[in-house]
Amino acid sequence: MDFNDTPEEAEFRAEARSFLEKHLKLKDDNTPRRGAGADFLKRAKEWQKIKAEGGFAQITWPKEWGGRGGTPMQQIIWNQEEAKFDAPTGPFTIGLGMCVPTVIAFGSDEHKKRYVEKALMGEEIWCQLFSEPAAGSDVAGVKTRAIKDGDDWVINGQKVWTTGAHYSDYGILLTRTDPSAPKHKGLTMFIVDMKQKGVEARPIHQASGGREFNEVYFTDVRIPDSDRLGDVGQGWKVALVTLMNERLAVGGSPGPDWSEIMAYARETGTLTDQAFREKLADWYVAAQGYSLTKLRTQTALSRGETPGPENSIGKVITANQLQDICNSAIEMQDHYGIMNDTETMPKNALFQQSFMWAPGLRIAGGTDEILKNIIGERVLGLPQDVRVDKDVPFEDLKQG
Amino acid sequence: MNFDFSEDQKFLAGEARKFLSGQCTSAHVREVLDNEDKSYHEALWKQVVEMGWLGTAIPEAYGGLGLGMLELCVIAEEMGRALAPVPFASTTYFFTEALKLAGSEDQKKDILPKVVSGEVVGCVAASEGVGFPDPSKLSVSFDGSKVSGKKVPVTDGDVATHAIVLAKEGSGASLVLVDLTGEGVSRKKVDTLEPTRSHAEITFDGAPGTRIGAAGEGETLYNTLLDHAAVLLAFEQLGGADRCLEMATDFAKERYAFGRPIGGNQAIKHKLAEMYVKNQVARSNCYYGAWALSTGASELPEAAAAARLAASEAYWFASKENIQTHGGMGFTWEVDCHLFYRRAKLLAVQAGSPKVWKEKLVSALERKNAA
Repeated sequence: MDFNDTPEEAEFRAEARSFLEKHLKLKDDNTPRRGAGADFLKRAKEWQKIKAEGGFAQITWPKEWGGRGGTPMQQIIWNQEEAKFDAPTGPFTIGLGMCVPTVIAFGSDEHKKRYVEKALMGEEIWCQLFSEPAAGSDVAGVKTRAIKDGDDWVINGQKVWTTGAHYSDYGILLTRTDPSAPKHKGLTMFIVDMKQKGVEARPIHQASGGREFNEVYFTDVRIPDSDRLGDVGQGWKVALVTLMNERLAVGGSPGPDWSEIMAYARETGTLTDQAFREKLADWYVAAQGYSLTKLRTQTALSRGETPGPENSIGKVITANQLQDICNSAIEMQDHYGIMNDTETMPKNALFQQSFMWAPGLRIAGGTDEILKNIIGERVLGLPQDVRVDKDVPFEDLKQG
Repeated sequence: MNFDFSEDQKFLAGEARKFLSGQCTSAHVREVLDNEDKSYHEALWKQVVEMGWLGTAIPEAYGGLGLGMLELCVIAEEMGRALAPVPFASTTYFFTEALKLAGSEDQKKDILPKVVSGEVVGCVAASEGVGFPDPSKLSVSFDGSKVSGKKVPVTDGDVATHAIVLAKEGSGASLVLVDLTGEGVSRKKVDTLEPTRSHAEITFDGAPGTRIGAAGEGETLYNTLLDHAAVLLAFEQLGGADRCLEMATDFAKERYAFGRPIGGNQAIKHKLAEMYVKNQVARSNCYYGAWALSTGASELPEAAAAARLAASEAYWFASKENIQTHGGMGFTWEVDCHLFYRRAKLLAVQAGSPKVWKEKLVSALERKNAA
C-alpha cells in the first residue's frame, strides 16, 4: 500500500505540471471559487484551445477525435494538477463531458466532422437539454414535442435547469415524438442550434439569488431530420449514454470543508466547544471517507481494472456535509451570521453564500433520494420502485 | 496509486473467510452464547493457533510468521465478519502489540513465542469503573514489583494467562505485565451484553509484575497501543458491518409484504443505501489506518481515530438497522441479528467510546495544524 505514482504516472504528472505552469497561475486565496461573466467565458475558451493544442483536452478520447488516447488515470492526474491552478474550465465540463461523447456515440460522420473538433478547441460550447418542469428525477417524462414535418421536425416545449444555455452554441435535446407509446419508448434525441430563431434562454432566478441556470423555451423550432441522434423512439437509450457520464461531470463541492470551519472556529474561539469538536470529528471522518474512496477507485484504474461502485457515495456525502458545515458556521456567528455582505462578513461571506447554494447541490445531478435508489437498486440489487407508468401510453398517464 | 491490499493479502483474506465459514458458523458462535460455562470456542481457538494466525504480525525472530500489519488487518476483518468467539483481539491487537511496542528484548523473547504457540493467552486490563480510564486517577497501583487493586471489566480476563495492566506508579502510570495464573490474582467472570466474548473482574492483591516500558511511561504507551488496536478493531467492526448489510439486503429481497419484496420500498431501500455509504466510509478510513499502522506513519493518530470512528458508526448503524429490517424475526434469539448488535457495542466501547475518539481525533488535528 502506498500513494505513489507509477513511474509512467509520475512522468505524465510532471509533463502536465510543466504545461500548466507555462500557461497558468497557481490558485491563491483571492481566486474566485466559481467564475462567471463574459470575461470568464473568454478566458475559458482561450484556455480550452491551449489545452487542446497541447494534447491535454479530453485525455481518454481517441486521437482521431483530437484526444490523447490516454488512460482514465492520466485524466485523473491531469484533473488533480489542473485543479491547483486558476484554470477556467467550467463552461466546457458538460459539453465535453456529456454532450459531445453522445454525438460521437450516435452521430453521423458529418456530425462528428462538424462538431467534435470545434468543441474540443473551445470554439463552440454545448449544453444538455433534458430536464423539464415536470421531468426532473423522472427525466423520461419529458413533454417537449417534436412533430415530423417533411424533412424537419418542429419543436415546441420548455426545458429547465439548463447550465450555460445562454452562452451555448449547440445542445442535445430530448423530445417526445410519440405520446401514444409508453414513457421511455416515445422519445427521440436531437442536436439543436441554440442560436436559431424560436430558441429563447431565460435565466432562472435561483433561491440562492444567482442566475447560473436557465429555462429554455422552444417555439416552432425546426430541426432537420439529419440532426437526429439515434433512431426515432430510441431517445432514452441515447440519454442513458449521456447520463452515464453525468456523475463524472458533476463534481464535488466548491464550498468550505472541515479544515476551513476548523480554522474559522480557532479564530473565533469556538474550537474549545465540546459539541463543536464532536461535529468536526464527524465531518473529518466522512470527508476523509470520500476522498480515500476516490483513491481506491484510482487504484483500480491505475491497475487497469474497472472500479467498483463505491464512488457512488460521493455526492450524498459532500452535498449534505456542505449544508451542515455552513449551517454550523452561521450558528457559530449567532445573530451576526444572518448578514450576507461579501465585503464585511468573515471569509467574504463564504459560509452564507454556500449555505444558500447547498440545497441546489443536493438536487443537481441526481437528488439524494435518486442516488440512494441507484445505490439500492444497482449496487445492492434491490427491486425497483413500483412503476405505475410502465406499459401505459404516455398520453394516458396522470399528471400534476 | 496503490491504495488497496495486494493480491497475496487478498488471497489470505479469502483463505481466512473460507476457513471461518466452515469452522466459525453461527452454530459455533452459539455454542459459546448458550453455554454459561464456555468462555470461548476451544476447538476454533486451537485451529487458529495451529494456522499461526496469532503470529501474523510477530517477527520470525520471536517465532511468528513475520508477515505484517496489513495481513493482520485482513484476518481481523474476517474474524469480525464471522463473530469469532475466541480471545484473538485481546491476544494479538492488545497484548502482543503492547509487547512489540515497549517490551524488553527479554520479555519479547520469553513471551512472544508462547503467544504464537498458544501457551500464552493475553489481555489488557485498563477499565476500573464508569468512563474511559484516566491514568492520573487509577486505583490499581504498582509499587515497582507488585500490583494491587481491581480491574473490571477485562475482556478475556477469565481465560487469559497473562495481562498487561495499566497501573498507577508514583505520580504517573505504568504498563505492567502480570502472570494471571500466579499468586495474588483472583478472577471472577462478569455478565455482559456480549456473552460470546468473555469478561472478568480481576483483583490483584500484591500480584508480582514487571514493567512494559519505563516507569511513568504508561499513559503515553497506552495511548499508542490504543492507536494500534483501534485500527485492528476497526477491521473487525468493518467485517461485522458488511455482514449486517448482506443479511439485511438478502432478507429485503426475499421477504414479501403487501405482495412484493420489502426491499422495493424506499424506506428500506434508502436505509440500506445509507448502510452501504457508511460501510464504504468505514472501509476507506480503515485502509488508511492500515497504511499508517503498517508504515509507522506520523499520521497514525488521526488515521486510527478516523478508522475507529467510521467503523464504530458503520457497525452500530448496520447492526441496529439489520434488526429493524428483519422486523419481529430480527428480535428473536434464534435469528443472528442480535449477535452482531451485541458485538458492535462491545467493539465500540472496549478501547474508548466514540466520544473519547472524537476528542482524540480533534486533538490530533489541532497538533498537526499547530506544527
